[in-house]
Amino acid sequence: MAQDSGTRTLISRAQLRRGRGRAIYWALLAVVVIGFTLVFLGPLYWMVTGALKSGQEIAQTPPSLFPQDPQWQNYADAWNNLDLAKLLFNTFYYATGAVLFQLVLDTAAAYSLSKLRPIFGNVILGLMLATLMIPAMVLIVPQYVTVIDLPILHVSLLDSPFAIWLPLVANAFNIFLLKRFFDSIPEDLMAAALMDGATPLRTLWSIILPMSRPILGVVSIFAVTAVWKDFLWPKLVMPSPETRTVSVGIYAFAGGTPMNVVIAASVIAAIPTVILFLIFQRNIMSGLTTGSLKG
Amino acid sequence: MDRCPYRSTGRLRHRHELPAHRRGETTWVGWDNYVRILDDPSFWTAWKNTFSFTVLALLLGYAVPFFVAILLNEFRHATGYLRILVYLPVMLPPTSALFLFKFYAYDPSEAGLFNAILKALHLPTSQWMQSPEMTMPAMVIASTWMNMGGAALIYLAALQNIPGELYEAAELDGAGVWRRIRHVTVPQTRLILALLAMLQIVATMQLFIEPLILANGAGAEDSATSVAYLIYQHGFFQNDLNGAAALGVIMLVVLAGFSAVYLRLTAKQD
Repeated sequence: MAQDSGTRTLISRAQLRRGRGRAIYWALLAVVVIGFTLVFLGPLYWMVTGALKSGQEIAQTPPSLFPQDPQWQNYADAWNNLDLAKLLFNTFYYATGAVLFQLVLDTAAAYSLSKLRPIFGNVILGLMLATLMIPAMVLIVPQYVTVIDLPILHVSLLDSPFAIWLPLVANAFNIFLLKRFFDSIPEDLMAAALMDGATPLRTLWSIILPMSRPILGVVSIFAVTAVWKDFLWPKLVMPSPETRTVSVGIYAFAGGTPMNVVIAASVIAAIPTVILFLIFQRNIMSGLTTGSLKG
Repeated sequence: MDRCPYRSTGRLRHRHELPAHRRGETTWVGWDNYVRILDDPSFWTAWKNTFSFTVLALLLGYAVPFFVAILLNEFRHATGYLRILVYLPVMLPPTSALFLFKFYAYDPSEAGLFNAILKALHLPTSQWMQSPEMTMPAMVIASTWMNMGGAALIYLAALQNIPGELYEAAELDGAGVWRRIRHVTVPQTRLILALLAMLQIVATMQLFIEPLILANGAGAEDSATSVAYLIYQHGFFQNDLNGAAALGVIMLVVLAGFSAVYLRLTAKQD
């Protein structure tokens, strides 16, 4: 994944070392670093500082680069008026549950498909993968009808975290990702464990899972970001103000709240995922490419 | 079962007013639900908008990450920083990013970020989301900014798998930079390019949150209404889950065409 300095790319390294090539290289690098910073970080700067401006300052032309009189009150208002503590806690709670459910059930499914190999295992895997072909938007209505009146049990999962957790567990992509990883673990290890008298469950716990830490990390991070970024599904199944996620809560308040306070709340809502990304960026990026290239 | 999903909307309060399926009754209605959805005055507008979003997003959101990846692949410095920058917007909750665009970037007065930049460059300013012509491009720009990081990093990984000898040989044959991109880079990443094109089409056809937040749903003169937004409207505001499901099936049939191509490509890969 890391750039091998010996690898030849579009432009040869020799060319880049020579006088003119070198000058162009550094000039282009400078342009790209500055340009990318402006394009990708600029809007975030605008967001964080914009939320510090007063209503008058935000409407002034031309807009000011720095807030003249920082209104920290906007952030405080966002936190208090939107009850962000509650919204963030809800989202965190749903995300944690989603990680736990996915780790336990998706790992079990992938383990059985990869190592225990039940009859019709490939048929089941094929059916699971077929669900990847159905766009989420098409599933919204049938999934909603299922959740408001769960078959057999006839209970409604509205406002219950299970309405978020259960559909997320049926995640063919994660099961496939885990299965591919388990497939790469040598059968010899399984045989050795069997010789030592380990049960399949014991083998999973003591041999497979410790070897699978990287992929389990990737699945967990993706589960957290999926819950944090999701909007329509939590909006539908969490109708009460007390159970909303942070994105849905901000959207619900956006109409009657001053613009700068909405932006301040948006900044606060984005902080957890940005921190998560900065800490785990290597795992996230490698998971992204394993999932799509080799998956 | 005492929680009624419609209670918060205040539309339905009594059990006998619930739609038939909630009372456990189903009646065969033939094609009624499909007919009703086809009669919706916004039906064809929604499809037109969704297709034009998909095409615009393909033009912008497809080419841009590929060239970003080619550029990043040539650099030997600051690559980690640049990679983080490109992927950072992907990690933002879409609502946060879209409120930023809605309130600050697409402010139709000259206090808005984009208009201030246009004015500084002595270019004509725009009404953005207030103008039916600009609604679509504005949504594509926001969506591309939010989503291109994933594609760029996937291309980057694919570019790093191209054997250096191919470029070497092309250069010895006198191929310039553009011809090397055309005859080495593109063919070598053909499969992943085709794969991501399919995935992007399927994703952009489900356009929903951009119109909802940037355009308050329908937008100026219905210029933002998307098929997914129509599903949402029918299912959750017009008490017409049946019509919404019918529209979902229509969407599935349309996307199945694209998915068939996708399946054929992945089958070839194995």
